[in-house]
Amino acid sequence: MHTGLESPTGVWWKPAHRTEKLWVAIAFGWCMVLFAMMPLWHWKGGQNPTGIRHRVTAEAFAQRTQEFIDTYQVGEEAGIPVVEPPAGSDIYLVGAMWSWRPVLRLRQGVQYTLHLSSVDVNHGFNLYPINVNFQVVPGYDYGLRVTPTAAGEFQIVCNEFCGIGHHLMVGKVIVLPAEQTAAVTGGAP
Amino acid sequence: MSDRFRLCPTTGLKVHAQADALIKANAVVATVALLIGGVTAVLVMLTRWQAIHLLPADWFYRLLTVHGMNMLIFFILFFEMAVLYFASAVLLNSRVAAPKMAWSAFVLMVAGTGLVEWTMFTGRADVLFTSYVPLRAHPAFYLGVILFAVGALVVVSIFFATLVVAKREKTYQGSVPLVTFGAATAAIIAVITLGHGAAIYIPTFLWSLNLMHVDAQVYRLVWWGLGHSSQQINVAAMVSVWYLLGGLTVGAVVLNEKISRSAFVLYVLFISMASAHHLLVDPGMGAAWKVWNTSYAMYLAVLASMVHGFTVPAGMELGQRLRGYTKGLFEWLRKAPWGDPGFSALVFSVIIFGFVGGITGVTFGTEQINIIAHNTLRIPGHFHATVVGGTALAFMGVTYYVIPLIFRKRIAFWPLARIQPYLFAGGMLVFSVAMTFAGTFGVPRRHWDISFQQAPFEVQYAPAVDLVIGVMAVGGLVAALGGGIYILVTVWSVFFGQPMEKGARA
Repeated sequence: MHTGLESPTGVWWKPAHRTEKLWVAIAFGWCMVLFAMMPLWHWKGGQNPTGIRHRVTAEAFAQRTQEFIDTYQVGEEAGIPVVEPPAGSDIYLVGAMWSWRPVLRLRQGVQYTLHLSSVDVNHGFNLYPINVNFQVVPGYDYGLRVTPTAAGEFQIVCNEFCGIGHHLMVGKVIVLPAEQTAAVTGGAP
Repeated sequence: MSDRFRLCPTTGLKVHAQADALIKANAVVATVALLIGGVTAVLVMLTRWQAIHLLPADWFYRLLTVHGMNMLIFFILFFEMAVLYFASAVLLNSRVAAPKMAWSAFVLMVAGTGLVEWTMFTGRADVLFTSYVPLRAHPAFYLGVILFAVGALVVVSIFFATLVVAKREKTYQGSVPLVTFGAATAAIIAVITLGHGAAIYIPTFLWSLNLMHVDAQVYRLVWWGLGHSSQQINVAAMVSVWYLLGGLTVGAVVLNEKISRSAFVLYVLFISMASAHHLLVDPGMGAAWKVWNTSYAMYLAVLASMVHGFTVPAGMELGQRLRGYTKGLFEWLRKAPWGDPGFSALVFSVIIFGFVGGITGVTFGTEQINIIAHNTLRIPGHFHATVVGGTALAFMGVTYYVIPLIFRKRIAFWPLARIQPYLFAGGMLVFSVAMTFAGTFGVPRRHWDISFQQAPFEVQYAPAVDLVIGVMAVGGLVAALGGGIYILVTVWSVFFGQPMEKGARA
């Protein structure tokens, strides 16, 4: 018997005590359970952070977002354009110091492909109040398939430090309820 | 001076004068960094507590940068340099290989630290600890980090060289002690970490001079090879300190060298890939990459911590039983030296690291759970449990032995020192748990104003958030008091303390 400060002499590669073996087996078994869970959850679960990924220049993404705004703009809030894109379309949200553009007006129960990117530094997409978070990296188009499941107003808080005006960076998503969706699309999503 | 040895009256170890001096120098700089990091911690926390909201926005982000760099880099790494000299030269009765180079490395690290502090305090580097490109700092900031890292790499090389010298000069019998073995794994991980550091900070330095382009996603990928792996140096060093403190406080025995050493090897093999869990909600990587690196690699590193989480307390129990505390199941624990700050710090470090830090860390490292945790207060809640409640507390505990054994001074204000780990651990536990709870409401980390007074759209967190942030602040203030006592006790003991007489620590 010796402490961890003393040099063991001779051969120290000896069989472990029963209790220690048991603990290592339990810990290893538990790690294997976790190991199996992650891929299983990925295949069987409904929410994964992996989307469609492309490289994109800041200019190209800004231009695409501007075209998107020009095509579907229906109003303006706090100086930021409000857009109402058709159901199931590709929608764009761009982070820039220190705002999210545009305000998105979506429909409940309809799937969209949300494209996120930044034109300057890293930003963080955090959807209030339901707490969904994604990293927004300049130079990358992060395409996520999203289906709003609840109607109402949601805010987008930037949660990656992006400079002195970081705390000013709040955007908005409006989700129209399903009944209204049925009226607009005639029941066909 | 370089060839002089003294005999430690308490442990019987031969201590090289250079090892003594290098440990002292590194420990002193570490404490200065801890002081800067601690004062900024309180200021930052009193700003996040919306009821006080102390600092203006620019100083909040500036001091948050200062806090991160001083705690996670300067305090911890200077302390670990001292641990490396202790685990090689002191524990092996050896001289320090290349002492002149060791002092040059120390000067390099201090110079790098000075450059970084200067850029941060003068507002030239408001980029936070992660300094994500293309957020831009003054080139001297990146240069300072590079100088510091080169110095640290030299110290790690001297550690390995000292192991070789000790082996050749036959200063010890058999294999190196477990504590030295653990420190060696920390040193190997340090090489991996500092390699990533060079791979990202050298291009970023050139980028800051407009000489090359650095991709934002590539930066995040390689930077986390530094940012997370450096925390694994802490883990390996902390576990080594657990074994060290166990031996010093209750004569804890090593149950089985094979099991404990294999667990340390698991850290070396798997921990770097686990950095991938920082990128789980990033656009740049695919699902297969994320799942493979965070499940396969991370869980085997977790296994290592699970093993140590058993062998460290079990070794302490056996050590106590060998000392005669054999009545019932828990006499060994009841009769443990709870008034020895080295012991209480060890116990709380194991508990907070394992149960709060470990469990939160493993869950956040899951692809889907990360969606609700990324960049919320849950993340700093997690790492204040691992790095502060775990590593820093263990390092504080071992200081109560470093002062009498290396500085050869009695510990001043002993009654304060005895309660210090209780205050620090209790405060940090409340702080981390409350911070994690606040994060479950989606409250962002690194944010000056979560009342969003000046934002274009209204965001109003649940009233419970105000409560948990208040609790967090109270816990943090108690922990800060514990940290303040630690600094008072150590500085006073070292500079104004009475010299050690044989066997009397307090």
